[in-house]
Amino acid sequence: MATLEIRDLHVTVEADNATKEILKGVDLTVKQGETHAIMGPNGSGKSTLAYSLAGHPKYTITGGTVTLDGEDVLEMSVDERARAGLFLAMQYPVEVPGVSVSNFLRTSATAVRGEAPKLRTWVKEVKETMERLHMDPSFAERNVNEGFSGGEKKRHEILQLELLKPKVAILDETDSGLDVDALRVVSEGVNRVRETGEVGTLLITHYTRILRYIKPDHVHVFSAGRIVESGGAELADKLEEEGYEAYTKGGASE
Amino acid sequence: MAEAHNNPGGSTTAGSIAVAAESTVATRMSAPPSFDVADFPVPHGREEEWRFTPLDRLRGLHDGTAVADGSIKAEISAPDGVRVETVARDDARLGRAGAPVDRVAAQAYSAFEKATIVTVPKETVLTEPVRLALHGEGGVTYGHTVFELGAFAEATVVIDHTGDTVRAANVEYVVGDGAKLTVVTVMDWDRTAVHTSQQGALVGRDAGFRHIVVTFGGDLVRIHPRVTYAGTGGEAELIGLYFTDKGQHHEHRLLVDHNTPHCKSNVVYKGALQGESAHAVWIGDVLIEAKAEGTDTYEMNRNLVLTDGARVDSVPNLEIETGEIVGAGHASATGRFDDEQLFYLMARGIPETDARRLVVRGFFAELVQQIGVPDIEERLLAKIEEELEASVA
Repeated sequence: MATLEIRDLHVTVEADNATKEILKGVDLTVKQGETHAIMGPNGSGKSTLAYSLAGHPKYTITGGTVTLDGEDVLEMSVDERARAGLFLAMQYPVEVPGVSVSNFLRTSATAVRGEAPKLRTWVKEVKETMERLHMDPSFAERNVNEGFSGGEKKRHEILQLELLKPKVAILDETDSGLDVDALRVVSEGVNRVRETGEVGTLLITHYTRILRYIKPDHVHVFSAGRIVESGGAELADKLEEEGYEAYTKGGASE
Repeated sequence: MAEAHNNPGGSTTAGSIAVAAESTVATRMSAPPSFDVADFPVPHGREEEWRFTPLDRLRGLHDGTAVADGSIKAEISAPDGVRVETVARDDARLGRAGAPVDRVAAQAYSAFEKATIVTVPKETVLTEPVRLALHGEGGVTYGHTVFELGAFAEATVVIDHTGDTVRAANVEYVVGDGAKLTVVTVMDWDRTAVHTSQQGALVGRDAGFRHIVVTFGGDLVRIHPRVTYAGTGGEAELIGLYFTDKGQHHEHRLLVDHNTPHCKSNVVYKGALQGESAHAVWIGDVLIEAKAEGTDTYEMNRNLVLTDGARVDSVPNLEIETGEIVGAGHASATGRFDDEQLFYLMARGIPETDARRLVVRGFFAELVQQIGVPDIEERLLAKIEEELEASVA
């Protein structure tokens, strides 16, 4: 069973000629089939956790370990992590001019699966997945994220999630900027992947709204660069009512 | 109609659409068109037509000091029925597709000794391309070539430039009524070469002219395709691909002069740049004269900046003197392949070198497919691959 283990993770970032510690000892274990929601106020370091796990060069790991099924994730390059089974659905996916969605998806699937998917079944797979996400077929011929609306970008991220079938999926504020209809469609996509029981999901969000559609097994409150409280789904209800105030007192939100 | 976005540092896009009673395309030039170099002052670099060009790298082509001391090996292969002639300067068939518009083009016209005229007689439809291979063997060279298609003739011409030279050479295309000419001109010079070329086309009634420029090599390359129409119903398609490397200056200046009603033009130029001081310049002038009712025109320039230190200047310019047209538009955009894009692709399992290849190939793909000469398409893809290998190394 695939397991992502994060132990005492410390991460810094360079900003304004100064080194700033963003993550200050994160401990978390995500197992296949589980869904963990990480909730926290802006600036608490949630997205830093997501990007650090994916290997973004902006972040420096200064301490701790991350392993996927015992393999050292921190030693891997960005593409190796993806091929090992990590997936990050990004909050702000970038435009890639000149590369069509269909070409991108196929190149990516070829890399992750280790061989080119058979053309006939692949075309069908992509088409059906896009239909379920309410994406127009013409979408495949557009350039990656170029001119996409906020909702289209998120659907495109979840399309990749469904096609790449990772062991661990990290969803970084996938819900932000979505209207209710788009949120439902995107959540259904995530749930289809979860229902296979083969993915561990790390759902990073600022709002409790998405948790009505994607039910977490565990909820963690993130504040000032670490997990400050963990519980079951009921913890989200408490946050819904009380907000993050109890966790940010004393201006610890950095 | 105009769009300009995504400009990274070190690039400019200054598009304009002017609705004017009189064109400024001509008045912006330092002197009226002329076949005589003496009619043009020696440029100092601030003139509109020279402001992007590093004059010191023209090696004297612009100030009269470049003496024709070099040689170029020319090989032409033409299918049966095509006439190839070497003619003297006073041949009446020279100069029909427009006079030189700048000092260097006039220098080329004033300095060549013999010209080459390639004629495809009327109603002759070629199934194989006419190929002109020019290989520079050092030194300064001048030249002049005319390709003429008789009425309803059809031909593809491939002009291939390799080797080293400092060269000013103009090309004329005279496309007869109902004729169809495709030109592929490949600038695959050695890294030290300098090449300037005004390439004028006179497009006949209901004729089709496709002009495809592929620029890779050279230290400085400055190509100036110009289209005018000799009758209604003419169509011109101007395509360009360039890959500009460290230190190279690639300049493409275009003019489409809609001087005749009911003609079409479509311009698409795409370039990739990488390395310190790689400099690409694209000037796209389209003029719709008052009498050119029913004109349909579009021009586009796209640039992909792969590394820091490269510079793009892109200036689409559309002048419209009549409102009775089908369509007119232009677009210019310069985007860059940056660390965030690389991260995005790699985060989907794609290795770094594959990610770069994906982006650059995708960028050029639609234009490569339009060349229609398989060996050139293959060579181009191989060249792109070579350039990318160099950038990774």
